[in-house]
Amino acid sequence: MSKPLISVRGLTKVFGDFTAVNGIDFDVAKGESFGLLGPNGAGKSTTMRILAATSTRTSGTVEILDKDPEKFGPLVRAHLGVVPQQDNLDGELTVSENLFIYGRYFGLSKKFIKGKIEELLEFAQLEEKRDVKVEALSGGMKRRLTIARGLVSEPDILLLDEPTTGLDPQARHILWDRLFRLKEQGVTLVLTTHFMDEAEQLCDRLVVMDKGSIMAEGSPSGLIKEYSSKEVLEVRFGSDRNKEIAPQLAQMCERMETLPDRVLMYTEDGEKLLEQIAAAKLHPTTSLVRRSSLEDVFLRLTGRTLIE
Amino acid sequence: MNAGIDVKQIQRFGAFYIAGARIRSISKWKAIIAAVDIGNPLFYLISVGIGIGVLVQNHSGTSGTGGIKYIAFIAPALLANTAITGVMDECIFPTIEGFKWRKLFFAQNATPITGYQIATGVYIAAIARAIFSVSVYYVLLLIFNVIDFGTSILLIPVAVFGGAAFGSVMLFFAAKIEKEDYFFNIIQRLVIMPMFLFSGTFFPLNSMPIFLQPIGWVSPLWHATELGRAVAFGYKGPSFLLIVHFLYLAIMIAVAFGLSLRQFERRLSK
Repeated sequence: MSKPLISVRGLTKVFGDFTAVNGIDFDVAKGESFGLLGPNGAGKSTTMRILAATSTRTSGTVEILDKDPEKFGPLVRAHLGVVPQQDNLDGELTVSENLFIYGRYFGLSKKFIKGKIEELLEFAQLEEKRDVKVEALSGGMKRRLTIARGLVSEPDILLLDEPTTGLDPQARHILWDRLFRLKEQGVTLVLTTHFMDEAEQLCDRLVVMDKGSIMAEGSPSGLIKEYSSKEVLEVRFGSDRNKEIAPQLAQMCERMETLPDRVLMYTEDGEKLLEQIAAAKLHPTTSLVRRSSLEDVFLRLTGRTLIE
Repeated sequence: MNAGIDVKQIQRFGAFYIAGARIRSISKWKAIIAAVDIGNPLFYLISVGIGIGVLVQNHSGTSGTGGIKYIAFIAPALLANTAITGVMDECIFPTIEGFKWRKLFFAQNATPITGYQIATGVYIAAIARAIFSVSVYYVLLLIFNVIDFGTSILLIPVAVFGGAAFGSVMLFFAAKIEKEDYFFNIIQRLVIMPMFLFSGTFFPLNSMPIFLQPIGWVSPLWHATELGRAVAFGYKGPSFLLIVHFLYLAIMIAVAFGLSLRQFERRLSK
């Protein structure tokens, strides 16, 4: 295996008496799409800012392209594209001006940037908006522009912090499609998300983070296989009865989680389990058999749901 | 990476890239800036310079203003004040916007550009605006025959120097404050206004009671005004005072701009 592009060991970041990141280790290989999955406050964004060579760490080592980002900030940042959680575009400037100015910060020639802008406008599906002020764009368009801006320098690594948070489902799908294209082109992606579907769609490999620590690491399917059963049966008996019936249900499956609104039963065969429940004369108001997801992995690891 | 990024070149010119972007934004407000920077002091010049000028002329001639007609006497101060408010605006607003409102500095800092370069770029652009405004204003003073062309051309760098001194302090505070709610009101009412009135702008500072004079002594406007009057109309006082004026402004820039650089870097890497 070739040397990883990013190598993190024992990374810790403390703010006052709060430990945001608590001794995490991971590597990211070239061309890989790597995710940090976890709820808000898990330490994902803090980790991203350290990877982006814009924040200092308290302890541990970080190497990006063989360099310590804390010592060689500008040199490391020259190889990165950064898409922050909050779009920080210049709203007073137009779409193409935003790309142009950003390219200049990388010291790129005007000629190169002009050519690049055409390519990026097409990528971001913003050709018709080139001369529109950024203020006037929709949330999804701004997001795509922010990603396009991160690509202006043809980075080796693209860092995306919560790329689709706050977008409507349609805008999210357009964005996923764009990111998937980048992945196909071999761009190394590092992204944080608290959406398990996003992590499943985009990540080759991910770490599950909670309270500053890494709980598990693997591919989405590998994690599901390791920490969850093949299928999940979701049953609802009404808010009060869920708890009441739970002990009876627990005997029927390998593992169970009782959430306020529903009971999740982990099993290899959901339909069969549902028949068993019916046979026991327990009649759920609704039931659903589905495949296990990363949400279930997270629940198993932390006892909590991703979005609270 | 195939875009051909030259980090050494960015380290050399990064501040100018930032300044360029700032000037691009500033120039979108040309009309407003012209009105504020040039129109405003022009009103003072006309109302106070001509109106009060007549009063002064009729009562004491030019004896109170060192032999200079009153409207010319206040011109260097108004010029310096234009530079001060101009640099101040371009130091305060972009900085708070950059750190807080739209977080543009964080976007800039995600590139090879450093916090030092962002601070320097914002400062350069602010000074560029002052150079522009003061130059236009100076030409107007010539056209209206308020002052004569000659060494008075040095009024431009002197005024900008004063603006840069005050602006460097504002740059630091704008980068420091987390809550800007009352900041502008306080600066405008408790700093800019008293400074404008008590810095020997409309009358020589030494005609004020001694206990009010310290306001002028600490004010960059007074130092820039005195330097301006010296270069425009010749100077009769002790020459060490000119050095004091110059040093005061220079030290102000060195200290406040130095602190600003550090504050930008700190806040960006938090």
